[in-house]
Amino acid sequence: MSAGANIQNGQHDDGETRRGFMQMLAGAFGAVGLGAFLVPAVNSLNPAKDTLALSTVEVDLSDVPVGGSKTVMWQGKPIFIRHRTAEEITEAEDVDVQTLTDKQTDESRVEKPEWLVVVGVCTHLGCIPQGQKTTDNHGEFGGWFCSCHGSQYDTSGRIRKGPAPKNLAVPPYKFVNDTTIKIG
Amino acid sequence: MGNHPREQFDNPVVEWVDSRLPIFTILNKEYGVFPTPKNFNYFWNFGAIAMFMLVTMIVTGIILAMHYTANVNLAFDSVERIMRDVNGGWLLRYIHMNGASFFFIAVYIHIFRGMYYGSYKRPRELLWILGMVIFLLMMATAFIGYVLPWGQMSYWGATVITNLFSAIPYVGEHIVTLMWGGFAVDNPTLTRFFALHYLLPFVIFAVVFLHIWALHVTGSNNPLGIDVKGPQDTIPFNPYYTMKDFFGLIVFVMIYCMFIFYMPDALGHSDNYIPANPLSTPAHIVPEWYFLPFYAMLRAITFNMNVYMLAGLALLAVVLVEFVWRHKPKYLNAPIGFLIFAAGGALALFGFLADMNQDWEIPMSAAEVAPVPAKLGGVLTMFGSIAMLFIMPWLDTHPIRSARFRPLYKATFLLLFVLFVALGYIGSQPADANVAGIPLSVFGLALTGYYFGFFLVILPLLSRFEKGRKLPLSIHEAVLAKKQQFQGVSA
Amino acid sequence: MKARHLIPVLAIAVGAILPLAPASANSGGAEPLVHQDWSFDGPFGTYDKASLQRGLKIYREVCAGCHSLKRVYFRNLEGIGYNEEQIKAIASQYTVQDGPNDEGEMFDRPAKPSDYIPSPFPNDNAAKSANNGALPPDLSLITKAREDGANYVFSLLTGFEAAPHGVEMSETQHWNKYFPGHKISMPPPLSPGQVSYADDGSPETLEQYAKDISHFLTWAADPYMEERKRTGVKVILFLLVFAGIMLGLKKKTWADLH
Repeated sequence: MSAGANIQNGQHDDGETRRGFMQMLAGAFGAVGLGAFLVPAVNSLNPAKDTLALSTVEVDLSDVPVGGSKTVMWQGKPIFIRHRTAEEITEAEDVDVQTLTDKQTDESRVEKPEWLVVVGVCTHLGCIPQGQKTTDNHGEFGGWFCSCHGSQYDTSGRIRKGPAPKNLAVPPYKFVNDTTIKIG
Repeated sequence: MGNHPREQFDNPVVEWVDSRLPIFTILNKEYGVFPTPKNFNYFWNFGAIAMFMLVTMIVTGIILAMHYTANVNLAFDSVERIMRDVNGGWLLRYIHMNGASFFFIAVYIHIFRGMYYGSYKRPRELLWILGMVIFLLMMATAFIGYVLPWGQMSYWGATVITNLFSAIPYVGEHIVTLMWGGFAVDNPTLTRFFALHYLLPFVIFAVVFLHIWALHVTGSNNPLGIDVKGPQDTIPFNPYYTMKDFFGLIVFVMIYCMFIFYMPDALGHSDNYIPANPLSTPAHIVPEWYFLPFYAMLRAITFNMNVYMLAGLALLAVVLVEFVWRHKPKYLNAPIGFLIFAAGGALALFGFLADMNQDWEIPMSAAEVAPVPAKLGGVLTMFGSIAMLFIMPWLDTHPIRSARFRPLYKATFLLLFVLFVALGYIGSQPADANVAGIPLSVFGLALTGYYFGFFLVILPLLSRFEKGRKLPLSIHEAVLAKKQQFQGVSA
Repeated sequence: MKARHLIPVLAIAVGAILPLAPASANSGGAEPLVHQDWSFDGPFGTYDKASLQRGLKIYREVCAGCHSLKRVYFRNLEGIGYNEEQIKAIASQYTVQDGPNDEGEMFDRPAKPSDYIPSPFPNDNAAKSANNGALPPDLSLITKAREDGANYVFSLLTGFEAAPHGVEMSETQHWNKYFPGHKISMPPPLSPGQVSYADDGSPETLEQYAKDISHFLTWAADPYMEERKRTGVKVILFLLVFAGIMLGLKKKTWADLH
C-alpha cells in the first residue's frame, strides 16, 4: 500500500489527514454495505415462514389407553406422549430429586399427572430412545432406553443412568380440552 | 515462483505468512504497485465491475441453490417459496435474476470497449480469446440458469435452443436426445442443467484468473492505444485505479439496485411466471435480451442454401481471400478476379431465387436436397457471428489500436454497434412482424450481412488502406497536452 | 464537447433508445389496455388495505367459483390488514382435506392459517371438464404472468361487449376487446351490485369491483412490494452518499498526480 501512496509525495499533511479520514469513511460504508447484504443472505437460511407456520400441532388423546403411548411429529422431531398408569405416576413422584442428575420434580414436568409429554430426542447426541412400544426395551427405570449410548430415562422422562446430561425436554403445550393438547 | 524478490512487511502476521507463501507480495505486485497507464477513462471500470458481478452471482446463487429443488414437479413451486416464504428470499432472487442482466451489461461494455480501443490486437490476442471464452461460458450459464425456474419461457427456451443442435447433419438428433436425457425437455434435462449451472460459474472463475494473468503479462491497453514507453506513462494501480474502480462500481450498483427494488421483472418476461406446460407454447417466445442480437441472426436465415448458392459463395470466398485478405494477389490478376466475383455473385443470387421460387422447378434446387437447409444455415450464422469475435485479432491487423486515430474504423465500428442493437430489437419482435409491409427478417438479413461484412471485408480492407491520424509520442505527453489545453480554457 | 466525442455519444444514445421503441407486436388485435391510477404505482407506492380487503371479498364470492389462488396461505392475509383472530375466522369457513389419520383415512377439517386457500377443483382436468374444456388459470401470479398485469386484469374484466356482426362465436365463447384473440371462455363475471360493499360504503359498480380485484391480485402476486420499495429507498440513498464519498476520495487521490 505504502509504495502506492509514496510515489509522488508532494502534498502537505493537511490533505493527507483529510484523505485518511475519507478513506476510513469509505471503508466504513463499504463494511456497512457488505453487512447489509450478508445479514439477509445468511438470515435466509433460518426457518422460512412456511416452516414457522407449522410449529403448532393439535393431538387427539382420546384413543390412547391407560399405559399406552402415542408418537406425533412436531417441528420435525418425535413427541412421546404416554398415558401413565397409577404405578408409573407414583414411581415418578416418589424419586428423591436430590439423587437425580438433572434435578426436576415430576410435577414440574406434567400438566396433568396421567399425561407425560416429552420430546423424544435423547439429550446426549440426538438419537431416538426406545420405549414407546410395549415390546421395546424400557430400561431399568421403566421409561425409555437409548440404544445409541445406553442412556436410561424413567417414567417421567428423567435421565437416571448413562451419558445423557439432561432429562427429556418438555415441549410447550396446553390442554385445549380434556382429550386434546396443542403442542407449540 | 519462489525466487522473486520478496518485500518486507511491517505487520508480523503478514510477514510470517508472506515469508512462507508470498501471497501478499504477489497481491502488492499485481494490484498494489502494478504499473498502469495513467490515462484510463471510465470504460476501463467494467472489468472490475464484471468481476464484482461474477462474485455476486456466485454468492447469491449458492444460497438460492440451498432453497431450490431441481424437479419438474417442484421447481416452480420452490422458486415461489423462495419469493414468498424464505426470509428475504425475494431479495436474493431478484439480485440473482437481475444480476444476470447486469453481468451481461458490464461484459458487453467491456467487450465493446476492447473493440473500440483495439485491445484485442497484438500482443493481447490470447487475452482477448480468453475473454471470448468467458463470454461463451456466460451465455451457456445464463441460458441454463433461465431454465431452472421451470416457467413457460424456461421450458420453451430450453426446447428451442437445444433443438438448434438438431441442425447438425447426421448426428444432430442424437446429440439433442443426449442433451435431454429423454425425448423432450424433461426432468433429466432439468437436473443436469442444475448441476451444470452450479458448475460453470466456477469454470468461468478459473478462466477469469487466466484472463487477468494474461492481462498482467502484457499490461493494460489504454484509450490512446499506444504502448507504455516508461515509468512516466504509468501510475500504480493502488490507490489511483482502486479508487476510480470503486467509484464506478458504486454508480453501477446503484443503477442495478434501481432495477432490483423498483422494476425487478422489467428485464424478464411475464410468461415465465406461468408454470411450464409441455402442451402449449406461448404465442411469442423470445430469449433474454442479452441473446437477442444473436437470435435475430439465427432467424435471419430463412432460405435454404442449395448447391448453386454454395458454389457462388465459394467463388466469392476465393475473391475475398485473394484480393481482400492477401496484400498482393498470388494466383489471380484483377480481370480474372472480377470475372470470378461476377460469376460467384450471379450464381449465389440465382441459387437464392431458385430457392425462393420453388415453382420454377430448377434441378437440384428443391429444399430437401439443399446441403445447408435454412435451419442449419441459421445455426451456422449464429455461431459464426461469435466466431468472428474470436478471430478478430487476425482480421484487423492495422498497426494503430485506438479508434480515436482511425476515423474510418471508428465510423464503421459505431455503425456496427448501432446495428447490433437494432438486431436486438428485431430479435425481440414476433417472427411475422413487419415494417411498412417488409418483413423484419429482411432487415435482419441486411444487418447480419453488415455484421459479417464488417469483420470479413471491412476490417481487412481498413487494415491495408486506412491511413489513420498521427499518434501522440507518449501517454505522458498526451495527458500533459490535454491538461494544458484545459488550463488554457479556464484561464 | 468536441465533435469527435459527439459521434460515439450519439451512437450510444441511439443504441440505448432503440430497444425502448414501442414494440408493435400484434397480440391478436387486442386493444391497448385501460390505464388506472394505482396506489401501488411509483417508487413510494403502497397497497390500499381497504381495496385489498374488498378485493378478497370479490375473489371469495365471485372468482373462487372457478379460479384457484393456490399459492396464497390464509396466514398471508395479514398482509391485507387482518389480524390473527380474523384470519382464523376466515380460514375456519373453509374445509380442507388432511390425513391420512391413524386408520389411514383422509379426513376433512376446518382450514387453519397455515393452510393454502383451497382450490375450487381438485386438479386441472376437473377444472377443465367443469368449464367446457377451458382451464381457469390460477390467479396467485396472474398480474406478474401478464404484461402490465393490474391494468390487464382491470381491462379484461371491464372489456366484455357484444360480438361484432358477422363474427362466429360458439355457445361458450364471449367477446372481450382486451383479450388476445377476443374470444374468451370466461363469461362476464362481474355485474353492478353483485357484491355487497355495505361494510365501507364504496360504490358497488363494475369499475370499482374490477379495480379492487386487480388490486388484490397484484398483492397476491407480489406481497413484498411495500417492503421491497421501502428497502430500495434506503439502499439507493446509502449508495448515493457512498458514491459521493468515493468521488471525493477519487478526486483527492488523483489531485496529487502531476
